[in-house]
Order: sequence, then structure tokens, then C-alpha cells
Amino acid sequence: MRNRKRVGWHRYVNGVNIAVVVTALFILIPLYWLIASSFKAPNSIGTASLNPNPLSGGNYSDAFVGYDFGIYFRNSVIVCITATALVLILGTLAGYALGRLPMRGKFPTLVILLMISVFPEVAVIAPLYLLMRNLHLLDSYPALIIPYTAFFLPFAIWILRNYFLGIPKEMEETGRIDGASPLRTVWTIVLPQALPGLFTAGIFTFTACWTEFLMALTFNPSNNYRTIPVGIAEFGGNFNVPYGTIFAASVVAVVPIGVLVFIFRKFVISGLTSGAVKG
Amino acid sequence: MAPVSLEKINKVYENGFHAVKDLSVNIADGEFMVLVGPSGCGKTTALRMVAGLEDITSGTLLIGGKEANDETPKQRDIAMVFQNYALYPHMTVADNIGFALKLRKLPKDQLRAKVNEAAEILGLTDWLDRKPGQLSGGQRQRVAMGRAIVREPSVFLMDEPLSNLDAKLRVQMRAEVQRIQRRIGVSTIYVTHDQVEAMTMGDRVTVLREGVLQQVDTPQVLYDNPDNIFVAAFIGSPSMNLYDATLGADARSLKLGSQEVDLPESVLLARPALRGYSGKKVVAGLRPEHLPAEADNATGPKLVGDVELIEALGSEQVVHFTIDANRVLAEGAVDKDEAAAVKHGEGVARIGAKIPVKVGDKITFAVSIEDMKFFDEATGLAIRG
Repeated sequence: MRNRKRVGWHRYVNGVNIAVVVTALFILIPLYWLIASSFKAPNSIGTASLNPNPLSGGNYSDAFVGYDFGIYFRNSVIVCITATALVLILGTLAGYALGRLPMRGKFPTLVILLMISVFPEVAVIAPLYLLMRNLHLLDSYPALIIPYTAFFLPFAIWILRNYFLGIPKEMEETGRIDGASPLRTVWTIVLPQALPGLFTAGIFTFTACWTEFLMALTFNPSNNYRTIPVGIAEFGGNFNVPYGTIFAASVVAVVPIGVLVFIFRKFVISGLTSGAVKG
Repeated sequence: MAPVSLEKINKVYENGFHAVKDLSVNIADGEFMVLVGPSGCGKTTALRMVAGLEDITSGTLLIGGKEANDETPKQRDIAMVFQNYALYPHMTVADNIGFALKLRKLPKDQLRAKVNEAAEILGLTDWLDRKPGQLSGGQRQRVAMGRAIVREPSVFLMDEPLSNLDAKLRVQMRAEVQRIQRRIGVSTIYVTHDQVEAMTMGDRVTVLREGVLQQVDTPQVLYDNPDNIFVAAFIGSPSMNLYDATLGADARSLKLGSQEVDLPESVLLARPALRGYSGKKVVAGLRPEHLPAEADNATGPKLVGDVELIEALGSEQVVHFTIDANRVLAEGAVDKDEAAAVKHGEGVARIGAKIPVKVGDKITFAVSIEDMKFFDEATGLAIRG
């Protein structure tokens, strides 16, 4: 009777569901531990207890008051939002051109872009440092915005290009016949349909900027222009590591990413283009 | 409203493919012209050149008597309906229909009035606030039409606009598209691969094959007097029965396989050139309706065939039969799968619904000899004058 239909909760017990639960726990347990620990009193950090008892906000106030976490947060927001906006604007234009407009050397361009997007950061950090120094850009927002834009643009171009390719060409041709300029066509016809692609590229770029460490550490060493990853790493002194404060700051650092995904998830509507053409 | 004229239009793609060759067609003001041909015959390319979506390699395109070769699609004042409709999925039906007018910066109240008028004509009034995704195939097709008519263009271009609809709806929309075109009176170029659509819709029909014009005329003339074997085989369903045949020494008889049919004087009078083929091979063509089944004792030319298959349609029977003559398949006119399925010597006849016939019978057809077509075996051209 192996094939009898299982009833009650038994029907949920199968290989796929077990794998999902195990994977979810694998990801969620460290996250829970991070959040729980951030609310623990300093002396109970690192103990085995799963719940923060007593509940304490001391770590948070320490991060913002004792250290300059507020400044780091502001810096990260400015750098990441500017770089993401630039990447999306340039990526949209370049992606559309590479996907749709007639031009020579499309394929070599795309291959070079792909190569750049997998380039190891470490290899270019030293020459970039010299370049930034000669341009007198060290310890400034552009010191990070420019390289971030350059580094994350190729990937965004690829994502957006593929999205544009998926939009039926006839839509743009209809636009042309109706008298829309190329820019207008992109803005009113193509972009609304490429929103999921824009969202994906945007989230990727923002997250990559938000967590970038090496360039931030090298180009902006002064406290006033430090971003979150570098800021958190430099918490504490030679002889103590304030784990509680680091946990609290890390939780705050994770929040914007969570908020971003939450706000933009509605734009990722599968089948946005359904009904436009024969389905 | 404007006449359209193509003069020796050519299209050669960058890879050297010559898609349209010396195409010359005139479309009169308000005329419904259908471009028809098997897939890859260059009909869509020709249409896209008229639209301005494809460059013209050589030749002249006149729209409204004015050369339009170098004009942008916008300047040509055309409207196009695509096979996949190309509706904007993120806009409502009203926004879709009104998009071109919005680009022209028409005042809002006028825009709304025009959109409402178009919606009225197309029966879309109740759907104006919906998005294309919420509409049925037929409604989407209508929105695409609405987008074209609201602009009041000088020329309509339609690229297989009905081919995504199911068979029943297609028949319905066929009539509707015609009705709208008549009502608006705009010159229309309509591309299709479906010869039934071409026959039923076009004021005139242009038949293309491999980028070369075969014949332009009214559907009835194409059917009755095809210029060559290709047109003969392509137009009409079921298609014309074409057989290799040999004319007798004085052109007064025709040998089809082992059977011989007498040709009366009247046939030769109507086609004097036929005498020149005395004793030579020709291709003989007979439409299925020109082979009525007949009682054995009747006089006149006859053909005897073996019944292979009967399709009873209620009003008539379509009989597939074989004779021992070689069946000629015009290359490209029937698709490859269909061609492969045709047996050696197979033909099709339409006979009355009441005539008793069954598979395996020998059947005698009266040959409507005046309606027989003759083609040159080598050139494929019709033998007439």
C-alpha cells in the first residue's frame, strides 16, 4: 500500500519540503542569533542562551553614541544610492543600445563587459589608489561612487539587456510608427515592462555597494567618510572586541536591504508582459 | 487616404539575401490589397518597407504620389497592425488606443472623444479601463485595430493580424476587418499566408513567391485565370489538380496517364496557342468542382479514378482519387508535409452529397473540359492566347 494517499500532516513530509526547511534554518539561525545577541547585555554575549535575557538596548546606543555609527550609516546611504542611481541610468541606456540598436562590435563589447564584471577587485586596488590620489579624490564620496559605478555597471548592463531582448520588438516598432522618439520609446514603452529587470539590477548594485569593504577601506580611511563595513570592522581597540556593539550595528546595516526588498517586491510581478502578445 | 505605389522595389539584406525582387504594385485610394504567398516569400518584408521599418535597397515607394523612400515611419502617416498585436501591457485599453494621439499632443477632451469613437466602432466601450492581459484574443485584436484607426492614417498596414485567433473567431474578424476598412475607406495593405483570407478579403490580391511577383488581380480572376502553375496551385482549396499530360498530334486530344480525353474545337478557339503544343507535353489543371461524378452512360469527356478517401461535408463530398498520371506539385505552393502526403496520381473532386460512392470504388467523372487549364511544362506559364 505504498501508493496510498497520505493524510494530515504526513502529506507534507517529503524530500523537497525537508530540504526547504533545512535550507531555511541554515540561513535563519545565524540571522536569529545575530539579532538575539544584539539585544543581550554585554556580559551575556557569547553565552549559550538563545533568548536575550535580560533584554537590553545598550548595544544600540553604544553603536550610535559611543562610536560614530550614525556617520557611517549616512555615508553608506549617500554612496550606495548615488552609485545605484548612476548604474541604473547608464545601465538602461547601454543595455538598450546593446540589446536593440544597430551598432558594430556589440558582441566584443558584451564579452569585455562580462570580463570586467568578474575582475578581481584586489588586482586593481593599487593603481586605482594612485589614480584617486592624483585626482585628489581620496576621502571623498566620489572616491567610492566612481569605482562602484564602474565595477557594478557591467553586470547591470547584462541584466537589463537581457530584459530588453525579451520585450517584443513590435512594441517599439509600433512606437516608432506612432511617432515616438527613441528616448520616449524607452521611457514610456520599454522601461515599464523592464521594471523587474531594473529592480533586480538595482538591488544587486545596492547590496554590492552596501557590503563593499576593500575599496572603502583603501580610498576613504578618514572617520568622516567611512562606510558601514569599514566602520564596523574598526569598532573597538587593540585589546577588546565589542561584540555586542558589532552585532547591533550589523542588524541596523541589514535593515535597509530588507526594507528595499519589501518595498520593491511588488514590482517583480511575474508575467508583467502577459496579454501584450499572444500568450 | 492615399494611393500607394511600389515601383521596382528591391530588398537585399546585409547577408546578401535578396528578399524582394523588382516588386511593382499599385494600390488605389481606398483599395483593400492583400499580399499573399507561402512563408518566406517576402510579403512581410515588402510591408515593412512600406511602413518604413525596413530600408528599401532600390526602387521607388510613392505614398499619396509623394516619394517616401527616405521618410520616417511617422512622416509616412501609416498605421500598422502586427501579428502579435504589440499592445502595451502596462497601459489600459484607452491609453493604448490613444497613445499616438497623446504623442501628437492632442487636447485631452478631443483625445477622449476620438478614443471613445474608435471604441464604439469596435465594441470596446466597456473594456476601456482594462489592461490587455484581461482581454480575450479577439478583444486584443480589436484594440490593435482601434489603435490604428484612431489615428486616421492615410494607409493601413496589417501583418497577418488574424493568424493568432482560433478558426471560428478568425472568420468573424475577417468580416469585421473588412467592414471597418470599408467604413473608413483607407487604402489597406494586408499580408497573409492564408489564401482563403486573401480570396475573401481582398479587392485585389498580389501573389508573391520567393520575392517575385506572380500575379496581381481580383480574387476571381486569380482563381479562374491563373498566370502560372504556382498561382493555380496556391489559390483555391482544395487546390487544383495538376497532372503531366501529352497533347495529341492535332491538339484535339489529351493523354492523362493511360486515359485519353477529347478536346473540342471550342477549347482550342479559346486558347489558340495550344495548337503549338501538338504532340508535346503540357501540364493540365482541373479544379475539384470541375470533376462532377456522372452516370456511366452520359456523353462527353470522362476520367475514371479509384476512390481513396471520402470527406463528407454535408453539402457535398470531397473525393480523393488516384489515376495513373503523374501529379505535378508546384514547388512552394503546397507546404512540404502536405506535398509528402500526396500520393502519386492523387486528385481531389467535389461531388454532390447524395451520390453513392465508397472507398475502393471506381468512379467516373465528367470532365468540365472548357474549364481545364493548360500550362507550359518547362516555364510553368499558362497557355492561353
